[in-house]
Amino acid sequence: MDAESLLLSLELASGSGQGLSPDRRASLLTSLMLVKRDYRFDRVLFWGRILGLVGDYYIAQGLSEDQLAPRKTLYSLNCMEWSLLPPATEEMVAQTSVVKGRFMGDPSHEYEHTEVQKTNEGEKVFEEDVVVQIKEETRLVSVIDQIDKAVAVIPRGALFKTPFGPVHVNRTFEGLSLSEAKKLSSYFHFREPVQLKNKTLLEKADLDPSLDFLDSLEHDIPKGSWSMQMERGNALVVLRSLLWPGLTFFHAPRTKNCGYIYVGTGEKNIDLPFML
Amino acid sequence: MEDLTSSKQEKANQDPGEAERPWEEVAAFSQGPESGLSEPLELEQGPDTGPKRRGSPPQSPESRASTPLDDLAGPGTSSPPSLPQEGSYTPSPPALARQDLAAPWQSDKTTSVNPEAGTPQDHHLEQSDKGEPTASQTCQSEGITFRQSQQTKHHLYGPEDVNHNNSKQKELRFNVFQEEDSNSNHDLDRAEPGASEVAPSMLEIAIQSAKAYLLKTSSKSGLNLYDHLSDMLTKVLDERPEDAVDIIESISQDVKMEHFRKKLDTLQNENEMLPTYEIAEKQRALFLQGNLEGADQELEDEIAENALPNVMESAFYFEQAGVGLGTDETYRIFLALKQLTDTHPIQRCRFWGKILGLEMNYIVAEVEFREGEDEENVEEEEVTEERDDADSEADEDDEDELPRNFYKTPQAIPKEENRTGANKYVYFVCNEPGRPWVKLPSVTPGQIVTARKIKKFFTGRLDTPIISYPPFPGNESNYLRAQIARISAGTHVSPLGFYQFGEEEGEEEEEVEGRRDSFEENPDFEGIQVIDLVESLSNWVHHVQHILSQGRCNWFNPIQKSEEEEEEEDEEKEEEKGEETDYIEQEVGPPLLTPISEDLEIQNIPPWTTRLSSNLIPQYAIAVLRSNLWPGAYAFSNGKKFENFYIGWGHKYSPDNYTPPALPPVCQEYPSGSEITEMDDPTVEEEQAFRAAQEAVVFPTEENEETEDDEEEEDDYDQE
Repeated sequence: MDAESLLLSLELASGSGQGLSPDRRASLLTSLMLVKRDYRFDRVLFWGRILGLVGDYYIAQGLSEDQLAPRKTLYSLNCMEWSLLPPATEEMVAQTSVVKGRFMGDPSHEYEHTEVQKTNEGEKVFEEDVVVQIKEETRLVSVIDQIDKAVAVIPRGALFKTPFGPVHVNRTFEGLSLSEAKKLSSYFHFREPVQLKNKTLLEKADLDPSLDFLDSLEHDIPKGSWSMQMERGNALVVLRSLLWPGLTFFHAPRTKNCGYIYVGTGEKNIDLPFML
Repeated sequence: MEDLTSSKQEKANQDPGEAERPWEEVAAFSQGPESGLSEPLELEQGPDTGPKRRGSPPQSPESRASTPLDDLAGPGTSSPPSLPQEGSYTPSPPALARQDLAAPWQSDKTTSVNPEAGTPQDHHLEQSDKGEPTASQTCQSEGITFRQSQQTKHHLYGPEDVNHNNSKQKELRFNVFQEEDSNSNHDLDRAEPGASEVAPSMLEIAIQSAKAYLLKTSSKSGLNLYDHLSDMLTKVLDERPEDAVDIIESISQDVKMEHFRKKLDTLQNENEMLPTYEIAEKQRALFLQGNLEGADQELEDEIAENALPNVMESAFYFEQAGVGLGTDETYRIFLALKQLTDTHPIQRCRFWGKILGLEMNYIVAEVEFREGEDEENVEEEEVTEERDDADSEADEDDEDELPRNFYKTPQAIPKEENRTGANKYVYFVCNEPGRPWVKLPSVTPGQIVTARKIKKFFTGRLDTPIISYPPFPGNESNYLRAQIARISAGTHVSPLGFYQFGEEEGEEEEEVEGRRDSFEENPDFEGIQVIDLVESLSNWVHHVQHILSQGRCNWFNPIQKSEEEEEEEDEEKEEEKGEETDYIEQEVGPPLLTPISEDLEIQNIPPWTTRLSSNLIPQYAIAVLRSNLWPGAYAFSNGKKFENFYIGWGHKYSPDNYTPPALPPVCQEYPSGSEITEMDDPTVEEEQAFRAAQEAVVFPTEENEETEDDEEEEDDYDQE
């Protein structure tokens, strides 16, 4: 959710019970402004909160003018002092995929993971237990990256592709109409498109190149990984990700108010097929 | 504006011409029905086709250039008006038409040169005969639009137009071919303006054609680019957005959308908005209920023993903790709870929480009925019991000589009575505040046991069947109730000392295996320091009974029950007993009011996280407790008050993946023993030996007969 309209957004997203206490709100409003100034971001998003056992991580993201350019991610434990996280790499994701369980809330905490390494010496194969230590900060980076890639949502039309390539916020976006707001196809993944290239020419024919340049949600796997609800008597659409429980996207049809927030444990729900 | 000024110039310049025209006009109007008819037609066309005709007016004055009177006016009128006209409109079709028509006119007009040249008035009159020329005349003096119409008429009627003079033809041709030099040569007076005329008229044509192109109406949308651009610019100028050039595409789109929306608005909106109105109408009832007529005294009495919880107060504290619903939703729920307590005989009510669903959510209220006012349940139970009996009778009918099915379904553990154990409270749910509250059925142990093995999302519709591997006995309402029971048992905590075991009730409950399952508020509770609550988990205690793995809070001995039942079943049971033990050890969980510090760890993860709501102002902060076992369960305490709240999907946390329970063991076949195996057939030697043994006993004389009998008997045995 946009840092500038934080209060309204929080109110809108509150249906999932994920709020911020007044002191957190106040400090976020203050500190995100400073973050925007210091890091020279075009736009600052309050991304959400990852619940740890000891402390919570508050996450903010800074966007450059091109909305799809790699984002900078910052975290804070007290909502005032922000630290920049390194960009996520494939290696990090692979490395941290072995870690399970809850976050601790201490970025310097190290998870220990024992791996069995096989070393070949001539014909003999030795098996050694190697203890790999993984910093929680690394895990945080990779989890945020995974969530961003999997379930960050933007309504259709909120962004548009300029003729020169970069993607900008569509200032004339006036919100989805009610009938569109009820369709999953009106929502896009807020990341570089992946599936779009795989579409057939026939499917591409109907797309508006300046608006339909992102992947839509409707083809997410598994089908049914989103729960869509109309709240407040159709005045608010709420999308909840079931794959990453805790991610809530909200949009008030016919207004510009939209955004997503993640409040959760930072664990993927791999039981989803059993639960549907 | 320029048009007006130009026309004024005309007036100023050619007073004589002016003087003539007015009565010419009159004459024209009086002329004939034709003129009267044709004029209105042109005027009507004006808005659509008017622009196209604009290019022509310069020609009409020029056409009269041959006449001395008009000479003065001609240059003055023709050149200045032409500029503004072109500026505002560019008709190419007329231009083309002009080209086409130019040739025929030439031939026609040559014949009519003389009369016109002779008398200008005649010329005018003749023109007025056709109707259109008069119009043009009036226009010349008054405004340009009329002139344009005239010009088109010239084109239309050109071929028939016998009276036009040569000069007119020439002018037309000049315009078409852009040979304006000839114009300037015509008269000395004209020379000066003529020079200025050259450039504009060249531009004129180009612009006209461009303008006409822009005005081409799209066959799909019926719009034309010219209007669209002017709309866009109007919008930009009206709204004055920053960096308009960046967003011009979107503005263009918006402008177009506006065109299309008009048609759809009325039909679509009403349909789409219906649900909004519907829920608003229902919620209106919530806000109005306070105004219902009622005796004030009664109200006061009710307030004294109010069952309604102070939802807003606890919501305030939960907000400090960063949990909870939005302010307005909380208030709606508050009102909905009020509605619930007003319509049901409720002694105590509590906002339990919210369970998220796929399509709709559940708002859950926990209530306790007043004594003796929850009889509906009893009836329901009886009905189900009867059904059970019917089933068992049906089984008995099947009795036959053949062996019956020894398998008996595991003994159904009866559910706990209302007001005890897991059924201590009654739960009402609704999807949205304002919608009707639905009472959940009481929970059975079987449901709880099965619910522990499955993990399903709630859909939001209570009658959804739960399809799962251990078949769930019931639909979503039962599953919801079971999860509520589990969550309550796990996460409802209170500060140490807030509740104590009631003395009287405690004695009664001792019948139940000497365990107490009831408590009362401690009147002497003095509160606990918030810091202590945060730092030590042992200051929080469970005040809801632990649910045993049996699915009940209070132990139920399934064996005793079986003995009470039919004898046959007892015999079967005995075998089982023999295998197990004579007496199943009573399952015991942690007793009531056990500190949560004794809760089991979840694989090295502490089951609870405590926190102070604000580190900045610790003296007014509250203690916040978060369950790690049931994500979404929270509790707060400010030392004296406390509340529990759950919001989430209704699932238990486990660091491992959900694994479906293992299949039940496959039944072993009957062990191959003496009852199953048979002896080999008796061999000849054995039979002979047997016979010999018999012969030794029996008299030798009867030998033959007996042997036959024996053989028969032996055969019989074999068969058996």
